Amino acid sequence: MSARDTILQRLRNRTGDQLPTPERDFTAMERPDWSTGDKLARFRSAMEPVHGEIHNCRGGDWVATLSGLLSDRRVSRMLVGSGAEPLATLRASTQELPDILVYDEPVENWQQHLFNDVDAGLTTTRGGIAETGSLILWPTAEEPRLTSLVPPIHVALLKASELFGTLREAMAAQQWSHGMPTNALLVSGPSKTADIEQTLAYGVHGPRELIVLVVE
Amino acid sequence: MNEQKASDTVDVREFHPRARAALADPQIRQNFRSAMDGLMGKRRTAFEGWDLEALRTLGASVRQNALAHLPDLLEQLEARLTANGIRVHWALDGDEACRIVTDICRARDAHSVIKGKSMVSEEMHLNHHLEQHGIDALESDLGEYLVQLAGETPSHIIMPAIHKNTGEISELMHDRTGTERSTDVEYLTASARQQLREKFMNADVGISGVNFAVAETGTLCLVENEGNGRMTTTVPPCHIAVTGIEKVVPTLADMSALLALLTRSATGQHITTYFNMISGPRRGEELDGPEEVHVVLVDNGRSGIYQDDELIDTLRCIRCGACMNHCPVYTRVGGHAYGTTYPGPIGKILMPHLIGLDEGRHLPSASSLCGACGEVCPVKIPIPDLLVRLRRESVDGDRLHPSVVRGHGAKRSTAEALAWKTWQWVHAHPAAYRLGTAAASHLRALQPDRLGAWTQYRSAPKLAARTLHQQVKDRRS
Repeated sequence: MSARDTILQRLRNRTGDQLPTPERDFTAMERPDWSTGDKLARFRSAMEPVHGEIHNCRGGDWVATLSGLLSDRRVSRMLVGSGAEPLATLRASTQELPDILVYDEPVENWQQHLFNDVDAGLTTTRGGIAETGSLILWPTAEEPRLTSLVPPIHVALLKASELFGTLREAMAAQQWSHGMPTNALLVSGPSKTADIEQTLAYGVHGPRELIVLVVE
Repeated sequence: MNEQKASDTVDVREFHPRARAALADPQIRQNFRSAMDGLMGKRRTAFEGWDLEALRTLGASVRQNALAHLPDLLEQLEARLTANGIRVHWALDGDEACRIVTDICRARDAHSVIKGKSMVSEEMHLNHHLEQHGIDALESDLGEYLVQLAGETPSHIIMPAIHKNTGEISELMHDRTGTERSTDVEYLTASARQQLREKFMNADVGISGVNFAVAETGTLCLVENEGNGRMTTTVPPCHIAVTGIEKVVPTLADMSALLALLTRSATGQHITTYFNMISGPRRGEELDGPEEVHVVLVDNGRSGIYQDDELIDTLRCIRCGACMNHCPVYTRVGGHAYGTTYPGPIGKILMPHLIGLDEGRHLPSASSLCGACGEVCPVKIPIPDLLVRLRRESVDGDRLHPSVVRGHGAKRSTAEALAWKTWQWVHAHPAAYRLGTAAASHLRALQPDRLGAWTQYRSAPKLAARTLHQQVKDRRS
């Protein structure tokens, strides 16, 4: 008999009594119906203590904010997905921006370049979670997984209108149970570790900095 | 590197000498004390404003429901994962799981493996196995990396290198990798980042654990802060996830409850930096991600634990480590004294099933039964009750009822059994009882002042001059 059948048979023919199935009461996880303002404030108060940087922007002026932030950090090369937005807005902008590298080839063709020569990656998000200060990312062919992971700075665009109270709210509203993408992520700050004597250090394997541009 | 070899030669039965050595080492005492104090404080803060009891009840009910439907959920998970393009493998024990992983590596002609943190892989001694088959396995979680550099095993399931301080780590990195000596944690971290980036790019296979497997969508969830888990599961062309069969939950909603409890209980974080949900290999036009994803579902003793109505609660565990952070024994003797993959209270109730009560005979007794572990457990595992049960199993076993615990009765001694038999008989026979206590009162002068370990820090209790029966009689008259 295969390991699979042996394991399943052992589990099905267990010797004990009927196992208890107590009711799952999720009330303790529920949060009030926060306004957008409340959600923004909570998002900020959850993300800033873990070193996420948040900037509020109006409409298209996020490019101006981005331009300032990247030039302060002397970013010379920024990675962007091949999707229509935000690429079109960046290309149409007259702001001073770093060289834009479009992620439009399989990573195998340019891995060394990605790991060694890219200073920042810009991604959109599928919304945010106010309670925990988290960004929801569903990487796609137009915005591949490594854009938000390999460059030392990750800049994320978040629409204020797409901020949810809790993870459960987001999952229900976006119907995650109907099907998940190959990879989905919650990102709640820059990469960090406390493995050396519980002392926090940032940018251990992922980005050292996370900058969130909240577009209202 | 000779990682894992240490654990292969450690005799779990030698708990007492190791515990004595750890207690006599001020550095170890201090490293653990300060770390555990920090973790306890962070957990307390993280749950402020929450109805913790209600949350723990939810956590327990989520896990109980999942376990009640375990075989169905595993089949559903397998079907969903397969539909998503993930290959599912089943392993009865650690050796079989190691063989499965090695076969996948060989089929790809893989020689270098990068690993994300996985306690199940520690349980399987996977690194050692891979090394024997000429496959180089490098840990990428910073704590695991340091432990591997030192040729040691993790001393904590969440913070593997917690037994070392910065100075010791600086020395270690200098010796093994040539990093400049420094007490600057940022510098040491940046050096490790540099050393590992190259490895991520060149690894043939990435191996990770799994925190939760969601049956309804066929999703593997990983909790982490560093980003090494994402690197491991995204950069190499093949990803293998190894997980215990008990990690499956029915729905995403169940997962969200456990996630909320896990990170707050473990490190006092509302959420970790990354929550990575994997539901398939690179698909269609995607430009990155592994082309192959495998899951190895590992039993290794779990279906045995599943047979018993009381011990099954052990399988609720979500591996947060809160029980060890709050354990007065763990904090003093540290993680290595146990000599087991999982240390601390959860190790004491889980390991006997994996290695047998013969080898793990001291584990259920290495506790003061203070109850702290049970009080903080986010899924309400009655750890103290299970410790008592395993103590009974270790001296009795089949005499209670047919036992599911391997090595039950290993600690049974004829002399001790006879002593308790006599005690039982005396207490059931009033005449014998009165005779016994009267004799004890008369002979109290002969009672020794020193009673071995009992009087090491206490004075010996004195037998009363008159028995309780006599005293009551005096009062009445």
